[in-house]
Amino acid sequence: MRSVYFLVRRNLIGVLGGVVVLILLIIAIAPGLFAPYDPTEMVGPKLSPPDETYRMGTDRYGRDIWSRIAWGTRISFEVGFLSVLFAAALGVILGIVAGYFGGATDYLIMRVMDAIFAFPSVLLAIALVAIGGSALSSIILAITIVYIPIFARVARASSLTVKEREFVTAAFATGVGTPRILAVHILPNILSPIIVQMALRLSSAITVEAALSFLGLGAVPPTPTLGSMLSEGRAFMEISPWTVLYPGVALALVILGVNLFGDALRDMLDPRLRGTA
Amino acid sequence: MSSYLIRRVLFVFVPTLLGMSILVFVIMHMIPGNFVDVLLGMGTDISPDQVAAIERAYGLDKPLSVQYIYWLGNVLRGNFGNSLRTGKLVGTEILSRLPVTLELTVITVILTLVLAIPTGIISAIRRNDLADLIARLAALIGLSIPGFLFGTLAILFISLKWPVLPTTGFVPISEGLGENLKSLLLPSISLAMGMSATVMRMTRSSMLEELRQEYVQVARAKGLSERLVILRHALRNGLIPVITVLGIQIGYLLGGTVIIEELFALPGIGRLALNAIYQRDYPVVQGTVLFISFVFVFMNLITDLSYSVLDPRIQLEE
Repeated sequence: MRSVYFLVRRNLIGVLGGVVVLILLIIAIAPGLFAPYDPTEMVGPKLSPPDETYRMGTDRYGRDIWSRIAWGTRISFEVGFLSVLFAAALGVILGIVAGYFGGATDYLIMRVMDAIFAFPSVLLAIALVAIGGSALSSIILAITIVYIPIFARVARASSLTVKEREFVTAAFATGVGTPRILAVHILPNILSPIIVQMALRLSSAITVEAALSFLGLGAVPPTPTLGSMLSEGRAFMEISPWTVLYPGVALALVILGVNLFGDALRDMLDPRLRGTA
Repeated sequence: MSSYLIRRVLFVFVPTLLGMSILVFVIMHMIPGNFVDVLLGMGTDISPDQVAAIERAYGLDKPLSVQYIYWLGNVLRGNFGNSLRTGKLVGTEILSRLPVTLELTVITVILTLVLAIPTGIISAIRRNDLADLIARLAALIGLSIPGFLFGTLAILFISLKWPVLPTTGFVPISEGLGENLKSLLLPSISLAMGMSATVMRMTRSSMLEELRQEYVQVARAKGLSERLVILRHALRNGLIPVITVLGIQIGYLLGGTVIIEELFALPGIGRLALNAIYQRDYPVVQGTVLFISFVFVFMNLITDLSYSVLDPRIQLEE
């Protein structure tokens, strides 16, 4: 309990971010509890302004905007979490292998990573979605591929220092096999920068998903996503500003909360960087 | 320096570009859709023999690796092929779109420098003061509002309410500089928001680091005014990491303006690439993506080399 108090005092903004993320996560996990209507059904008059029945108004087809935001938040987090998780897993494997073995393996892996990294992320994601089609799985795959190099670089840099430590030499000397050295001796020691990186990348992954949806390359309609709601509302925003305002605010809140949370996590796990950014 | 440059170009720059060219080529050939359909339009009634003849004419009957070598050979000679839609040379298309993206980038960078660097310095000097907290909060908000969201809201609250600024569209310089700048103002602010936040954070942390150094204490001890200590001493060193971030961000911008160009209907390179992907215009996609990526890698190289020019202490030899 004391430690909670200490944490709140030391990092008020981070705790605030945590609370925002927690509330949004609860909505994302169980949108049905909060959304009064089916997000894909036409439940009311078209473009009706916010009132007691439709708290955030309705869109061009008469769908309830608040219900769509609740379900859209779920897609944002789902795509964000899964793509960052997959990218971290694959990137860490590649990075550890590159860092530990060095030489030609390292060179080859890192040049491929550089090549992927040098693509503008949104453009690469667009091209990959063009291959896979606008299914949620291909969007997750596209964002995963875009972010693999970042995790590979962090994992490689950390394993370069860890592999020189005595306990790795000791493990090697006692005949521990390479896969075990990588998994048991190196991996746990590079986890904290990776977790920090995951928290920091989550918001950009969510942004890329929103960007793809905004461009009409996200989940297929009528699936509600924050990016596609923003884009669909644009045509009517002069007469019905609520069609873009609420989804926009929701998207900004999701990204802001995740950013705050990521910054706080970085400060906790990587004290050297505290207060630097 | 020169040997570092040569090694850097030979072992990092060229292989990265080669890798990217392979990636672009493979991705383009994985996108579903038949080349002949794209070329002639869907539902054209032609015989399989004619299809085969077209494929032969474009070298599509050859294995992918052979096609790649042909393509690369042409690219190296500056020939990106012709657009399947307009028939124009891809190089010409890119060059005609380049000024828009370039102007947008330049304005964005100027806005970023004006906004971010002074704010970052003040924030560092007044650490934990009200000014610092406001600046950091502003940066956090800047990072949390994606450019396309900011742009949409800007159109809603500024252009629609206050019709001095156009909602979308581009006015070339030839029709008057004022109108030209007006058409690029909101797009550049939308881009500068996120970029300023990143640059401001970097300026702040780098200045904090420098202000802790002993040479700053020495400068103060010999009686220099705080103004001179900061501007002449700390800032000169403090800006080096900022330039790195800025260099990478400019590289991103030249390719990352895709959505902003689409939102504001600006005829730049990003929009060219995006429309080409939608229309399956393979040569244009390959050309634009390769061009954008080349600029990005090139900016990284320049940024790397600029270290040793800016800070003679940094030796680029390994």
